[in-house]
Parts: sequence; structure tokens; C-alpha cells
Amino acid sequence: MTTSTTTPAGSAIAPRRRRADDVAGLGKVRAGIFVAPALILIGIFLLFPAVWTIWLGMTDYRLTGLQAASPEFVGLDNYVEALTDPSFWNSLWLTLVFVLFSGIIGQTLIGFGLAWSVRNIHGWTKGLIEGLVLAAWVIPASVASFLWLVLLDRRSGTINGLLGTEGAAWLIDHPMESIIIFNIWVGTAFSMQLFSSALSAVPPSQIESAKMVGASGWQQLRDVIVPNIKGHILTNTLLITLWTFNTFTPYLVTAGGPNGKTEILSVYIYETAIPGGQLGLGAAISLIMLLINLVIALAYVRVSKGRNKR
Amino acid sequence: MIHHSKRRALAAFAVATAGALVFAGCSGEAPEAPEDGPVTLTITANAITGGKNAAEADWIADWVVPEFEAAMKEDGKDVTVEFEPQGVDDENYKTKIALDLQSGEGADIIGMDGIWVGEFAEAGYIKPLAEVGGDSVDAWEGWEQIPEAVQGALSFDDERYGVPQGADGRVLYYNKDLFEQAGLPADWQPESWDDVLDAARDLKKLDGVTPIQLNAGTAMGEATTMQGLLPLLAGTGEQVYEDGKWVGDTDGLNDVLDLYKTIYVDEGLGDAVLQQEAAGRDTSFQLFASNQIGILLEGDYFWRSVINPEEGVGTAPMANRDDVVGYTKIPAMKSGSGVDDQDFVSMSGGTGRVLNPNSDHAELAWELLAFMNSADAYEARNAGTLAITPRTDVNDEMLADDPMLTYVSEEVLPITAYRPPLAAYPQVSTALQQATLDVVSGTSVADAAGAYADAAKDIVGDDAVSGG
Repeated sequence: MTTSTTTPAGSAIAPRRRRADDVAGLGKVRAGIFVAPALILIGIFLLFPAVWTIWLGMTDYRLTGLQAASPEFVGLDNYVEALTDPSFWNSLWLTLVFVLFSGIIGQTLIGFGLAWSVRNIHGWTKGLIEGLVLAAWVIPASVASFLWLVLLDRRSGTINGLLGTEGAAWLIDHPMESIIIFNIWVGTAFSMQLFSSALSAVPPSQIESAKMVGASGWQQLRDVIVPNIKGHILTNTLLITLWTFNTFTPYLVTAGGPNGKTEILSVYIYETAIPGGQLGLGAAISLIMLLINLVIALAYVRVSKGRNKR
Repeated sequence: MIHHSKRRALAAFAVATAGALVFAGCSGEAPEAPEDGPVTLTITANAITGGKNAAEADWIADWVVPEFEAAMKEDGKDVTVEFEPQGVDDENYKTKIALDLQSGEGADIIGMDGIWVGEFAEAGYIKPLAEVGGDSVDAWEGWEQIPEAVQGALSFDDERYGVPQGADGRVLYYNKDLFEQAGLPADWQPESWDDVLDAARDLKKLDGVTPIQLNAGTAMGEATTMQGLLPLLAGTGEQVYEDGKWVGDTDGLNDVLDLYKTIYVDEGLGDAVLQQEAAGRDTSFQLFASNQIGILLEGDYFWRSVINPEEGVGTAPMANRDDVVGYTKIPAMKSGSGVDDQDFVSMSGGTGRVLNPNSDHAELAWELLAFMNSADAYEARNAGTLAITPRTDVNDEMLADDPMLTYVSEEVLPITAYRPPLAAYPQVSTALQQATLDVVSGTSVADAAGAYADAAKDIVGDDAVSGG
């Protein structure tokens, strides 16, 4: 694979170049045998499902009924249907809100804030704080969601007990806010850990120098810390964005309800394809979602390339 | 270059295909075992000990499995029966068995709601019973005992796809204690929707009591249609499917949605938030059992399973069920305004069990299914937790023990209506659930009915929808 991208297409000198590339000296056939197991796995678990999804997305395949027995090829109908359906755009909008507040703002900022505030603490306090945050990350999502259901329960919920707001139906009246906070709670540990290690890699000499010239905490952060950990911030933001974009766990808390108010894209696809039975349409929306993911990833690659060049 | 990459692609394809073949080989059919050799049969149902439909689960595990194994042993056959219990929402259960059947898997005997038979049959997931189970199916003695109408619940296109498991009917349940506190008669029989609303208004004066809970919304799925919208629609004289057309934006539908609006939005007689909660139906059961809901429209399942005080049967048992819980027929909108000019209406459905066409031992599975529907089996099933069975011989003998089920079988079943056994029904039903949700969460009746009619037209086509 790599040879075909590094050698100029159709070039006459290609054979000599390729021989030089064959560092291990295995030859094409033996090298092929070595990578074959990986290729088979990739084919079965990545390539085939992807192609299958594309094909499904162009049929009216359903879970039950006549279209399950003999699905018809409908071309791009599913894509047209999805893209002209207000509920798809509503779902995309909800996803963007969810990613922005729970991922980018919530997890990243709070994760950084936690890492920043414990950076000079040592001993058991630091361990305790980190342990608590990590616990939320380690607990399986299904368990965490039950925990939150109990916390937010309308009739005997802990939150209502603590706040004295008997009968407040958080999951009905503030569903989006609820899953945003839930997701922040679940995922902040990653950002915290990543930023913790990033902060510890900032050269102490630079911070000392900044302190010597009288820089305030904010100025140190802006002029010394952030430039040093820019790469980490970028990586973290990309990962969090993609993860949050694709996460399905909020379904365990609100099931997409009430009335679709928390139907983020992953939930929307599930509702369409499985309980709704429209597997073809669901596959089409999945592909749209995949493309959005690709755009995000490409944007990241561009930003990081630009950074490296500089 | 092109040549090379082509060859490489070909090689990769060949390798992938080989891999796929290996995988296919793994999941291929096991060689057919001799019918008298060691055979394992599996049963699945949305029933689980200590949870949903516990009585059915216990009966399968404690009676069907050992008795059938013993009976087989007498015939010199080594048969093991395994029960795969489920205890989830009906919608989730349906998805699971659809996926099982689609991938050629699944239990040999599968419990399902009669209304799924159409879409499952059209998808080719299930086949006519005689085609799967062999000649002995049509010769079964039980068919004579099961009335034609009841068999219809598990039939599609005039073919039997399964054996019905029981008949049911819907009534209004009410809490006599709360009625007494509100100055209402313990022996209540409303004659119209207004009578029900009047009673609810009286109940509203009580503290901490939700006067009436009428199933609405999409969260509880088919329960909304079956124990809410459809009986009400029947009370306006309309049916969901009539003369080849599905109900659209009709007067009847508007009347029904108006009633939802009166209860949940205008007068606050019901708890609208509860209807939107993910576990709303179970919560409404709990609240009724703890004397916090006055009136509830439910099927006889509610009586014999949910609030059944028998140990380990109900999920919300009421120790004083027989004294406190009253039941009464669902009135039409006004006297005589129901379908066929009836004063009272109801809806019935039926569940049953089908044979899995992928079964390796289909004929033996039929033997087990017939065994599960024998008179002896129903008598064992009814010990302690009576249900209306599909068999007249068993009903004649046993129902007299339970006044509620006798009431349903004598008063409700003669006036009841059934859902159309058509594959489009579940989708129309979902659209109807959405219409109730719209009204309950504040949309106007006209908009909700209009949106529903549009959705119905999308599903079945413009010509197949009545009304505006």
C-alpha cells in the first residue's frame, strides 16, 4: 500500500525504487503472506461492514414485513429522505449542542481545570481527587446511567432530596442539560489525565522565568503553559469531539426522549433502524454520520499539519 | 502499476472471500440429529421469574420443561427443553426476536404478540404452522376447542402461524377506597366519557391522587394504542381500519385527542409528565397499587398479573386487590355512539407461540407446542394465576373461580374489537402514539391530528387513509 503512494505513478524507475524500499528483503509474496492475516481481519470487520452499510443505505430494507424478505434498490432515496427530514436536522443540531457543551466546553475545560488545580498538590489529596474522577470513567456506562437515573428520579431522586425540589422531573423538563452533565461526569477523567501529563511536561525553567519577571497566574497560563501544550489540546479536542459525537450512552438515561428532545444522531439512527425497523434509512444516516466524522478528522489533520510546519 | 494494484486487490479479495467462507463454515447447519437421539428444544417468551409475566415463566420452567421431558422419556426419546426467559419492554422483545429470526437463529418455540404475525410472516421469518410442524399440526385435537376468532389472533392471510395463548379484554379499573373518599359509588358504571370525567373531577379533590391515567405517548409503545387510543376510538364509532382504509384526520380521532387534551392539558386530571417518562407504564402500575391513581384503563393482564397478590406473580402486587380494585366496562363517548351502535366498547388482542422455521427439530418442537396447549397444561398454568385460555373446555371448567375474568369473558369479549392483522398496523400504531404524545405535550388537537394523517399517508399511501 505505502509503495503505491510514495512512488510516482507509471514511472519507469519504479522497480528499482521498490527494491530499495524492500528493507526486510522478504519479497512481495512472502511479505503478502505476513500481512494476510491482518488484511483478512480488516476485510471482514472493517471493509465488509462498510460496503454492506453503503449497499444497505441504497435499499428500502426493513426489519420486518415485505421489505425484509425482498428489499428493493432505491438509489439515493434514503439520503434524500434523511436530508429533507426536519427530524434529521433537529437531531444533528442536538448533537452539535451536545458535543459543544458536554465535550468541548465541559470535558475539556473542566478536565483542564482539574489538572491545573491539582498540579501542585501532592500526596493523598491528589490521589483522592484523581481517583474520584477516574472512578466515573472506569464505571461501566450502563451502571453509571442507572446511578444517574436514581439521582434524577422524579419521585424519590437524590437530587430532589438534596435540593428540596420534590417532584421536579429533571429528565423530562431539562433532558438535554441532564445528558450534558451526565456525559461531562462520565468523560472528564480522560481530559484530566491527558492534561495532567501535559502539564508535567512543561519545562519548569520557563515557568520559573515567567514567575521571576512577575507574570500573574493567568499570564503564565496564556504565555507559557498553553503554547507548550497546544498539541495536547488539539489531540484532546479531536478525540473528545469524535467520541462525544458518536456516543450512545445518553440513550441509557433518557432513551432519546421526551419526544425526541435528546435524540442525538447515534440515538436517532438506532431509533430509526432498530425499533423503527427502517434498516435501509438507518444505514444511509450512518453513512452521513461517518462523513461528518471524516470532516472533523480531516480538519484536525489540517490544523495539526499547519502547526508542525510552523 | 495499475496491473499490480489490480492483482493486489484481487488477492485481497480472494483472501477475504476465503476468510468469509471459513466463517460461513463455522455457522453452517449442524448435521440433523436423529429425532430420538439427544435433542435440545428451546422456548423463549417475554416472561421471567420474579419479573414480567412471572407466572408464565414459572409455569414453563417448573411444569412444561420437566413434564415434557418426562413424557418424552416414556416414549424412549432423550429430549432436553431449555427456557430462555426475557423480561423487557415488548418493543425490545420484538426487536430481539426479529433479529434472531432474521439471522436464522432463535428458539424453537417463540412467544409473540398476535399483531406481529403479519409483518413477521411477510418478512418470511415465520411460516404457516402446518408447513413447519408437519402433518400432525392440522390433526391436533386442540383446534376444535379454540374458537375461530381466537385462532385469528395468530393467523395471517387465512393461515395459522401459531397457537394462541389466551384472549384478553380491556376495562376501566378504579380504586374503590379513593372513590369512597371522593364520595363516589363503589359500584361504578359510567355511561359516557363525561361520566368518567366527572368522576375524575371529584377524585381531583383528594390530596396526592392522580384522578385518571390514560395511556399516551410513544415511550410505552403499543400500550398507548391498545389501552388508550383504540378503545376510545371505538367509542366514537370508528375503527383504526375500516372498509380498506386506515383512520385519518377524522371526527372520531379528533374527539379522542380532545379527550386527551381535557385530561392532561386543560384540566390536569392526569399526570402528563408520567406519560413521557421512559418507565411510565410501570410507574403507573406502582402508583395505582399504592392508591395514588384513581382510574386506569388496562387489560385483564393488569388484574391477573401486575397487581395479583399471589406470591411472586405481580410486579406491583396489591394484597387487598379483590376488595379495593373495581372494574367496569369502557363506555362509548355517548350511549350508543360506539362501533355497531354499542354503549360499551373494548379492544382485544392475543398473544401466542409460533414455531421457528429454522428449527432443526421442527416436528418435535410442534409436539412440545401442542403439549403446552393441552388441557392439562392450561390447568397447570391456571393454578393460582388464572387467565382466560383459548380453549373453551378449560375456560368452562376454570373461569368460574375468578369473577374478574368471568366478567371479561362474559361481558367484555362479546363487545370487543380487534386490531387489523395487517403488516402496516405497527407503523400506523406508532404514528397514533405520536399524536397522543403531541397533544399531551401541548400541541393543538388539529395540528396533532393533521400530522398523524400525513404520517399515515406516508405509510400506507394517500388512497388508503380516510378523513381529511
